[in-house]
Amino acid sequence: MSDTVIKVENLSKQYRLGQIGTGSLAHDINRWWYTIRGKEDPYLKIGETNDRTKTGNSQYVWSLRDISFDIKRGDAVGFIGRNGAGKSTLLKVLSRVTAPTTGSVKIKGRVASLLEVGTGFHPDLSGRENIFLNGAILGMRKHEIKRKFDEIVDFAGVEKYIDTPVKRYSSGMYVRLAFAVAAYLESEILIVDEVLAVGDAEFQKKCLGKMGEVSKGEGRTVLFVSHNMAAISNLCTKSVLLKHGMLQDFDDTRLIIDRYIRSGKESGAEVLGSDINTSKTSSRANFSALRLVSSIRGLTTNFAIDEEISIEFEYEVIGNDSVVTPSIHLLDSLGTCILSTFNAPSASLIVDEFYGKPLKKGIYRSVCKIPANFLNDKNYIISAFLVPEDMEDIGIAEEVLSFSIEETGEMRKEYTGDWWGIIRPKLSWKTQPI
Amino acid sequence: MKEHWDLEIKSESKILDFNLKEVWNYRDLMWLFVRRDFVAQFKQTILGPVWHVIQPLFTTLMYYFIFSRIANIPTDDIEPTLFYLSGIAVWTYFSTCLTSTSNTFVTNSSIFGKVYFPRLVLPLSIVLSNIAKFGIQFSLLIIFMLGFYFAKGVPIVLTWYWLCIPFLIVLLAGIGLGCGIIVSSFTTKYRDFALLLVFIVQLGMYITPIIYPYSYLLKQQKQYNWFFQINPLTSIVEAFRFSLFGKGTVDLNMILYSVCFMIVVLVIGVISFNRVEKTFMDTV
Repeated sequence: MSDTVIKVENLSKQYRLGQIGTGSLAHDINRWWYTIRGKEDPYLKIGETNDRTKTGNSQYVWSLRDISFDIKRGDAVGFIGRNGAGKSTLLKVLSRVTAPTTGSVKIKGRVASLLEVGTGFHPDLSGRENIFLNGAILGMRKHEIKRKFDEIVDFAGVEKYIDTPVKRYSSGMYVRLAFAVAAYLESEILIVDEVLAVGDAEFQKKCLGKMGEVSKGEGRTVLFVSHNMAAISNLCTKSVLLKHGMLQDFDDTRLIIDRYIRSGKESGAEVLGSDINTSKTSSRANFSALRLVSSIRGLTTNFAIDEEISIEFEYEVIGNDSVVTPSIHLLDSLGTCILSTFNAPSASLIVDEFYGKPLKKGIYRSVCKIPANFLNDKNYIISAFLVPEDMEDIGIAEEVLSFSIEETGEMRKEYTGDWWGIIRPKLSWKTQPI
Repeated sequence: MKEHWDLEIKSESKILDFNLKEVWNYRDLMWLFVRRDFVAQFKQTILGPVWHVIQPLFTTLMYYFIFSRIANIPTDDIEPTLFYLSGIAVWTYFSTCLTSTSNTFVTNSSIFGKVYFPRLVLPLSIVLSNIAKFGIQFSLLIIFMLGFYFAKGVPIVLTWYWLCIPFLIVLLAGIGLGCGIIVSSFTTKYRDFALLLVFIVQLGMYITPIIYPYSYLLKQQKQYNWFFQINPLTSIVEAFRFSLFGKGTVDLNMILYSVCFMIVVLVIGVISFNRVEKTFMDTV
């Protein structure tokens, strides 16, 4: 007997777009007519891959397409993908909320799923009653819940409120209780969708710890969806990468996260010529290209936190012998300027020979490098400037590029909660007894 | 070597896969739902379960004035108050079973969309929690019977027929549940049936001997008799009154017909319900 507890084979799920009305009735009748004649469903042949950015003309989309993988007992598996990649649909099929269109899933053991906070909680019933109700919904018998009851209450930290209706609970208490019920009940497989986002950092850490314990200590299988790469890299040994409903990869988490970040190479890593939105043009020089470049992967807007970011500037000097200084403002997602920099030798780590020199007519490229392990896992915006000597005839391209820094787990070996701050440099720390 | 899997998720299932074993495994959940239905309904009310008494009392009062006093419709020599009260108890039970199971999928879509359990648990729990409500109304009826016995000397006939009452309730519940889940299977995609059901239930009361005895109909409108014979509820209501008061028109063949009717709708209901429950989340 093998150790495989979940076997997914050629799983596909089709959804119909649009409203249900007479149009769908016509399709239903047509489908029924095909079925009674023993033919295949005509609408299964059509349908498009699920890409929200493109407008399709088919009424059907494939939310999941031909997905196959095996999961072994005791594995903690992360599900990674952008919004709409099919992560949640896949977990819904695995937890039997909806059936696949084609293909099959085979499962050993009981499944407890936490797809949304407080599933099946009744607001008017007390915490105690809801623990029993929710446990029963997850398929547990009353005596099993009784045995675990104290641990659940303890983990959730709601002892004082256990006889109060849950509608009076704060949203944090709600999540804590819901998570505790799912995690403490003895199912062989635990499915957790992005639900922990609601709790505070301390509780998130507690949950991740508990999930780790569940998979490593108790040999139960955990399936976990999150956009929090830190949490996934900490908890999951293996991960599934989904894109547009298709399985891209199933491998070690570290490799998958890397691939996921790389897949961000889509748009906006490069703006050229007239696409550059200049709010002020200079008569001395024009922007001709702006790029975000990773030394390993080329053009991208997603950088790993431990990766150097190159901002490339290309500009055309129009008149001969103009002094033009390239400059950058780095903004956070709210538009606050974090830093400004330009190529003056005293403000740069290396000497830029062309600083302050009159430039001949032609195209120049300046590159500014932001070091690795310096920014936090957030989104940033770049404004670019071409500043002539007199500081007046400035070319300005405001907020032309944006990029995000993604967690790789590099700095997350000890702490997994929210990391405060706009930047996150590695500093030196030392403690001494006095 | 063939591996053993506890569960296989596929798009199609066998038509006769009733899944009843799984429902049984979830029996604790069923009781909790029954409790939840019953308890949650009266949270933050002052009178609580007394509401179950007030409603039939006022309805009975209304019927008494309109049908007995004004329209002068006889009640098979049964004390009119008791006649209406018994009819209302039976009809309320049936109609709530039917209407509340018929929108199982729509009203519970938020919970069905997040977690799996055998969906059949919910309509079953509705039928069971309504039995509790019926119990309250039935007790009210008994209290009134005692009241009339002491006040006006209306005799209470205790016979072996009383033992048939639970059987009749099961019949009612079965028909209500069966029809309800058939309708609920249809309404996930097209809600028209739910709207239709509302007035079918309203009109249904008038073609079932609730406010008049079957004997009265036989006397007055003999040509429509076939219609009442098709209605499986006719014999159940009459048998219910016969058991309680010893008066009514009971035909064993009609009872048998009702039993068959119940079995047929239940089987069709469970089959269609199981077919729909797998994918209704995508269409509801």
